[in-house]
Amino acid sequence: MAQIFHPSFNTLSKVSIFGAVFFLGAAVFAWDSLLRSSYNTQVDVAREQPVPFSHKHHVQGLGLDCRFCHTSVEESAFAGIPPTKTCMGCHSLVWKDAPILEPVRESYRSDRPIEWTRVHDLPDFAYFDHSIHVAKGIGCTTCHGQVNEMPLMWRTETLNMDWCLACHRNPSANVRPRERVFDVDWDPASLTDEERAGLAAQYHLKSMLNCSTCHR
Amino acid sequence: MHDQPRFEPLERTTLFADGRASRPRVPGTIARGERVYDAHLVEGKVDGALATTFPMPITAEVLARGRQRYDIFCSACHDRAGTGEGLVVKRGLKQPPSFHVERLRQAPPGYVYDVITRGFGAMYDLSDKLAPADRWAIVAYVRALQRSQNASLADVSAAVRERLLAEAKK
Repeated sequence: MAQIFHPSFNTLSKVSIFGAVFFLGAAVFAWDSLLRSSYNTQVDVAREQPVPFSHKHHVQGLGLDCRFCHTSVEESAFAGIPPTKTCMGCHSLVWKDAPILEPVRESYRSDRPIEWTRVHDLPDFAYFDHSIHVAKGIGCTTCHGQVNEMPLMWRTETLNMDWCLACHRNPSANVRPRERVFDVDWDPASLTDEERAGLAAQYHLKSMLNCSTCHR
Repeated sequence: MHDQPRFEPLERTTLFADGRASRPRVPGTIARGERVYDAHLVEGKVDGALATTFPMPITAEVLARGRQRYDIFCSACHDRAGTGEGLVVKRGLKQPPSFHVERLRQAPPGYVYDVITRGFGAMYDLSDKLAPADRWAIVAYVRALQRSQNASLADVSAAVRERLLAEAKK
């Protein structure tokens, strides 16, 4: 009876068993890289909007405070997206005929909100509250980046769980004085470790790693 | 899991014709804890006339809050000193009058409150952004700004007077 397997299959089987380990490793690495790439996390990807609203112009150029539009950030979980009326407060007179702002005027006339594309959207199983972060001295730019330099909005952080935990493990690394929370020019390096520890004690910051802190 | 069958603020829905999950307020209703029957606090009026007094005592905290809210919501047009030369005005918005003209210096607090609450001329009202107590805090701060532009050395404490005189000599 003839042999079913040629002797060279001995080598082939050894190489494929040995190689499978590397192949699996490479596949896991590739999958992880894909999940962490900006293709998946949208980090550094400027998002299209119905009106090309520029935070750079309004914050850096005009010096508007974050809270001028995001009015509920200090009292509520949701920072607040301004009603069209806020836009029209100036744009009923400034750039009042600009074609680029027609969707704003149309929204105001018809009382139908502008449908902005949401840039920072956590999954529904993660609980997040802006007001407590603001009250504990965590600044806007810590999570949202230099919004004052963004012509269109993009993410600077992944919003992945390991990113949340990195700060929840050691929140004092990102603390700043409460009165500087909305300061887009705040330099994190302007505080020494001792000063940060002092603020952390003053604001009662503690490591919040219980699952139910965010998954409730 | 990522999108559960519940609505986040301002999310879209097919449930209502206008597509809004966050519903506009039903006319004639008030929010929990909202005070509507205190005409002095909410309307800025006493016996139907613009209030000439504040509905609460003016403390250092009230002024600090007023300054913070003023800098956020008012300074873009009125500028931080209240002269009406804010950055947005330089970009083409109608220039508001300075707070330091005689007419506005003599206006009662209820007048400033009324303008914040109902708007005036090119200025839209800020009633959706500022609770009544914050509006009154801003009114108090505007009063402080008006005083500051017409203050004399006699108005400040002895310690501050010394510092100002020292600075003036430099």
